Amino acid sequence: MASPGKGVSRREILRDGLQMAALVGAGGLGGYLLGNHGQGDDMLWQIDPYKCIACGNCGTHCVLQDSAVKCVNDFSMCGYCDLCTGYFPPEPAALNTAAENQLCPTGAIVRRAVEEPYYEYTIDEDLCIACGKCVVGCAAFGNASLYLQVRHDRCVNCHQCSIAIACPSQAFVRVPGSQPYLLKQRIRPK
Amino acid sequence: MVLTLAALPLLCGGSASGEERFPPPDFTYHKMPETPVPPPPSPLWEYADTAALLAALALATYLALGRRSRNGLLILAAVSLLWFGFRREGCVCSIGAIQDVAEAVFNAHRAVPGTVIVFFTLPIVFALFFGRVFCAAVCPLGAIQELAAIRPQRIPLWLEHTLGIVPWVYLGVAVLYAAGGTAYVICEYDPFVAFFRRSGAASMLIFGACLLVIGIFIGRPYCRFLCPYGAILGLASKLARWHVRIPPTNCIRCRLCEEACPYGAIVSPPAPLAPAERRKARRRLALFLAAVPVWIALGAVVGRMTHATLARMDYQVRLAGWLAAEKDIDPNDKLALDAVRAFRNTGQSPAEVFSAAAARLETFRTGATLLGAWIGLVVGLKLTQLCTRTPRDDYHPDPRRCVACGRCFWYCPEEQVRRGWIQSVEAVLPQGTPVPLNTVARRDSPGEKT
Repeated sequence: MASPGKGVSRREILRDGLQMAALVGAGGLGGYLLGNHGQGDDMLWQIDPYKCIACGNCGTHCVLQDSAVKCVNDFSMCGYCDLCTGYFPPEPAALNTAAENQLCPTGAIVRRAVEEPYYEYTIDEDLCIACGKCVVGCAAFGNASLYLQVRHDRCVNCHQCSIAIACPSQAFVRVPGSQPYLLKQRIRPK
Repeated sequence: MVLTLAALPLLCGGSASGEERFPPPDFTYHKMPETPVPPPPSPLWEYADTAALLAALALATYLALGRRSRNGLLILAAVSLLWFGFRREGCVCSIGAIQDVAEAVFNAHRAVPGTVIVFFTLPIVFALFFGRVFCAAVCPLGAIQELAAIRPQRIPLWLEHTLGIVPWVYLGVAVLYAAGGTAYVICEYDPFVAFFRRSGAASMLIFGACLLVIGIFIGRPYCRFLCPYGAILGLASKLARWHVRIPPTNCIRCRLCEEACPYGAIVSPPAPLAPAERRKARRRLALFLAAVPVWIALGAVVGRMTHATLARMDYQVRLAGWLAAEKDIDPNDKLALDAVRAFRNTGQSPAEVFSAAAARLETFRTGATLLGAWIGLVVGLKLTQLCTRTPRDDYHPDPRRCVACGRCFWYCPEEQVRRGWIQSVEAVLPQGTPVPLNTVARRDSPGEKT
């Protein structure tokens, strides 16, 4: 905008030129990113269950008081064992189904007889603290059908997940919002 | 339990690949449930955020440039703080979006949500036309500090300039780590996100609380001395055609606004230089301009020397270090022990990790050199900029530092006349101040409200 009577000064021409260049630059960068990297839905954090070693950091490093990571039971993989090593302490020598023998520190695994001789194990997510004890137990002697997943009804989707920083196995990955879970039967290697 | 732990490494390999030791039963009556997968929040929130950002930017522009209303800006800041901060919990934000953009530019496979791209671009486009209206009342981090700045004091100009370099350095570091996919440091050290979520690590809460307490007396410490996005916006504002002005019309050089800005953004008209001094200033400018390449070279050399330290944040490099000296790992270092255990689980050979780490280190050598050169450039240009003088005859906000908060408006007698608080500017000028010559002439100009 030229000041009246003075014409356009050199400074103003320079500024306007730079402004146009910056606009084109910002627009070009935004357009390039939208075209080549952009996607409609959000990126979400999820745990790759094949990388996870259930170290327990998920329970303690989440920014939420009650971690957004919970254990899931992948029923299609579960053996429905009576002597579940995810539910009972995985000590083969002294394994029995006595009530005091629960492995879960908060009693978050619900055990229910379904059909002789099978038992169904469901997770009470409000009680689960993502300590990973059952995950380790199930993987040690069972089918590894218990594993940890970020629950997206709880996760606040921090841009930099605090658990991802503390994850020793690089199991935290960004997944597209259209496929928010990495369930083992879907991503089974080979 | 000891037995279990001993057996674990043997068994983990098999189970990790999904081998079924106990085949899932075929039930006669029982119906096997689906594994529950609660869906993420609707993507509509993302679109709502984008719309809210555009609306807030437009409103902030109107309030700062059109209405010139500090109260309006404060209310908008409070609303932005509630919405973008406490309701949407601080993510995604424009400051953090820098890292997505940096990573996407350097990594062809990185997908970026459209919202993030809009959050990065839109405030810059607004700044190119209207200045830092985003900082004024849209950014939740700016808003919380603006509301906390109850007794802001001015700090010496030399300190303001020195600390003003930090955001550029922070920007360089953040881009270096984001581009390599190592970490998002801006988010990791976000001071206020823990408040927005009402939950977070103790270190985050303490850092945020400290900044807020400091912010009572030294306004907006994060915006001025840390925020890398503010630095970018400041540069864009320099080109703004319709930047916020102190007087509504013309500056009468009454000096009443001189002390108004707690952020040190108000620039006085420079006194004319004597010819001898002018020559000296020119020589100094030439000298500092010539020194810029020296600064860059110096920075590059120093940066290159620090690449190993900078690379220590990278996972591959750390893992290689732990594997190379496995016996020296502190038994209390849970992260290192777990990382080694996780590595054993993958069945990779250490040689693969070592070669990957060597490649990372090589990347960091280039990155650290560029970062050093960048810091050298910033220092060199800052010193050069301190040698320049823009001849002006009015008081105006330095667009780089002005966050369009509107504090200075009320100090201006012209503004008080515009609002009808006083009849003429003479009423508020200090006793004995000669009325500036240009007052009468300019205030009689056509189109002027009286």
